[in-house]
Amino acid sequence: MNIVVLVKQVPNTTKVKLDPGTGNLIREGLEGIVNPDDLHAIEAAVRIKEENGAKVTAVSMGPPQAVDALTQAIGMGADQAILLCDRAFAGADTWATSLTLSRAIEKIGEYDLIFCGHQAIDGDTAQIGSQVADWLDIAQATYVKEIETISDREIIVKRRLENGFERVSCQLPALLTVIKDLNEPRFAHVERLITACTQKAPIQIWNAADIGVSTCEVGLEGSNTHVIKTFTPNFKRQNEILEGSKEEVVAKLFERLKKSDTTLAHIF
Amino acid sequence: MTIWIIEDQCDGCKRCQQACPYESIEVTDGVARVTDRCTSCGACVAACKKEAIGSDITPRQVPDFSDHTGIWVFAEQTDGHLANVGLELLGKARELSVHLNEDVSAVLIGKNVAGLCDTLAEHGAHNIYLVEDDLLEQYRTIAYTDVMQALVKEYKPGILLIGATALGRDLAPRVSRRVGAGLTADCTELSIDPDERILWQTRPAFGGNVMATIANRYSRPQMTTVRPGVMEKKTVTEGVANIIRFKPRLNEADIRTRVLEIVKEKKSVTDITEAGVIVAGGRGVGDKKGFDMLQKLADLLGGALACTRLIVEQGIMPQHAQVGQTGKTVRPEIFIACGISGAIQHRAGMMGSRYVIAINNDPKAPIFQVANWGIVGDVNDIVPEMIKQLSNGGTL
Repeated sequence: MNIVVLVKQVPNTTKVKLDPGTGNLIREGLEGIVNPDDLHAIEAAVRIKEENGAKVTAVSMGPPQAVDALTQAIGMGADQAILLCDRAFAGADTWATSLTLSRAIEKIGEYDLIFCGHQAIDGDTAQIGSQVADWLDIAQATYVKEIETISDREIIVKRRLENGFERVSCQLPALLTVIKDLNEPRFAHVERLITACTQKAPIQIWNAADIGVSTCEVGLEGSNTHVIKTFTPNFKRQNEILEGSKEEVVAKLFERLKKSDTTLAHIF
Repeated sequence: MTIWIIEDQCDGCKRCQQACPYESIEVTDGVARVTDRCTSCGACVAACKKEAIGSDITPRQVPDFSDHTGIWVFAEQTDGHLANVGLELLGKARELSVHLNEDVSAVLIGKNVAGLCDTLAEHGAHNIYLVEDDLLEQYRTIAYTDVMQALVKEYKPGILLIGATALGRDLAPRVSRRVGAGLTADCTELSIDPDERILWQTRPAFGGNVMATIANRYSRPQMTTVRPGVMEKKTVTEGVANIIRFKPRLNEADIRTRVLEIVKEKKSVTDITEAGVIVAGGRGVGDKKGFDMLQKLADLLGGALACTRLIVEQGIMPQHAQVGQTGKTVRPEIFIACGISGAIQHRAGMMGSRYVIAINNDPKAPIFQVANWGIVGDVNDIVPEMIKQLSNGGTL
């Protein structure tokens, strides 16, 4: 069985810097971590490898330092990794990103399962998984919280819904986006990490030509959506301090909530 | 788009070869040659001194989308029950339609769901695209995507709004890819740009620190998801819609997933990001006993209990209840901050809340700056009083 895991390196910082020209995040100089949901995706793939036997390939699109995320994936048990790295990929929206990832997966060739995290903490879009599945024309299951069984032809999973879950059978090949309930990610194995940091590390770097896309199809230029402005919202609120005895202040508060336009005004 | 060498003018100087980022130019016998690794990036064109490189690369133009009109809302239903978010989006769509002077249409997909049309009409749908089929009884990604693709191709909407529910967040990206459209996730504001007559989609980015306005100039429909509760439901007086029945061509074999079982669980609001009311506690609450008291208030309000980072570090509350930069970002209707001073890292996680109430005995605590209403006092006095008045009110 061949498994691909899509991994994203995300900034771990309280300082947000934006490019005033494009409105996109300036990623240079920020400490990067593996997107939390993606750790669960790596773990899921590695567990299948351990139980059923599989070759696990981690794929990431990002700047050169995103190789750190792939090193960690190998440290956790992935067999090889591919970094999609090209200035032409920069500034991509989810359309262009999913195209880039899909072309890379097609180049990898055979795959039975693709795992990705449900969403990334920097963009919160949760779009890439479904879009990659559609580019590749394969089945998908999102919000996966449990994997029940895997055969050569299908995988049965539990998907979290708002008020419970559903059990779904998915034909292979399939793409699964996973949530934190699925598993507890392991720590990277130190020896594997050291190997992954050497010259012989099984990590390849591919650019636009390697995956056969033209630069106008990817990155900012290939994107359908563009940021036209960013602004810091004014978070200050009226800050009305309610005064009086504790009975009075609570009564005043509930009165204001009752008269407000909150959809929950009826509670008070 | 391609790049080619005008051989008569090429002197084999290799400048283009050096400029090419993709090693796609070879120079043999004093003439450059473009290989199939070329990505049409154009770097070589600028490097050539002899004007020996031809290209048909043109700057990106905004296509003519005048044949795409109308604002569509995906009317999510499960077991014959409409999700509120669809009705909320119809309300917003009606508001946008005034600026565009275009119709609002609902897309209703399922099995035996025609009975829901009246509700959609009452909430603002001028038209309803009604798609019924046995294969659409349960939501399945590919079946719904096939239907949406066929509808979009046939009727060419300008805008398509989808609720950011579990179903909507599964469906919307797949549809967007299928129809070749851009998609903006979880917008909190939608408006029409008066000059370009395009949809301006505003969403919080990076933990709500920054708002980004996004446009979708190069594809149609302009697709957006919106979280439940962000827009407001409205009812309209005329309330009659034109129903367009659409028969899709569907095959079970193409759908590739089967729903084996749907298990409903009694909702325990442990995921604080989905709670309508959050009661959050910080240092001022004190200990576990204080949090038991906050839990009681949260239960009375049908909400969830959350906390600051310090409380997690002290082992009083689990990590999944932490709000802030290193915890969760929440946007409830009502956020009640109890004994929280309001460090920037915490505020980053809760600023998107609709109404913020701060209770703290330090009148200088920064949390008051971002609160709608503040009560200066001890949490251990005020919260029990809130519990008392809520219990007496009899509304619950």
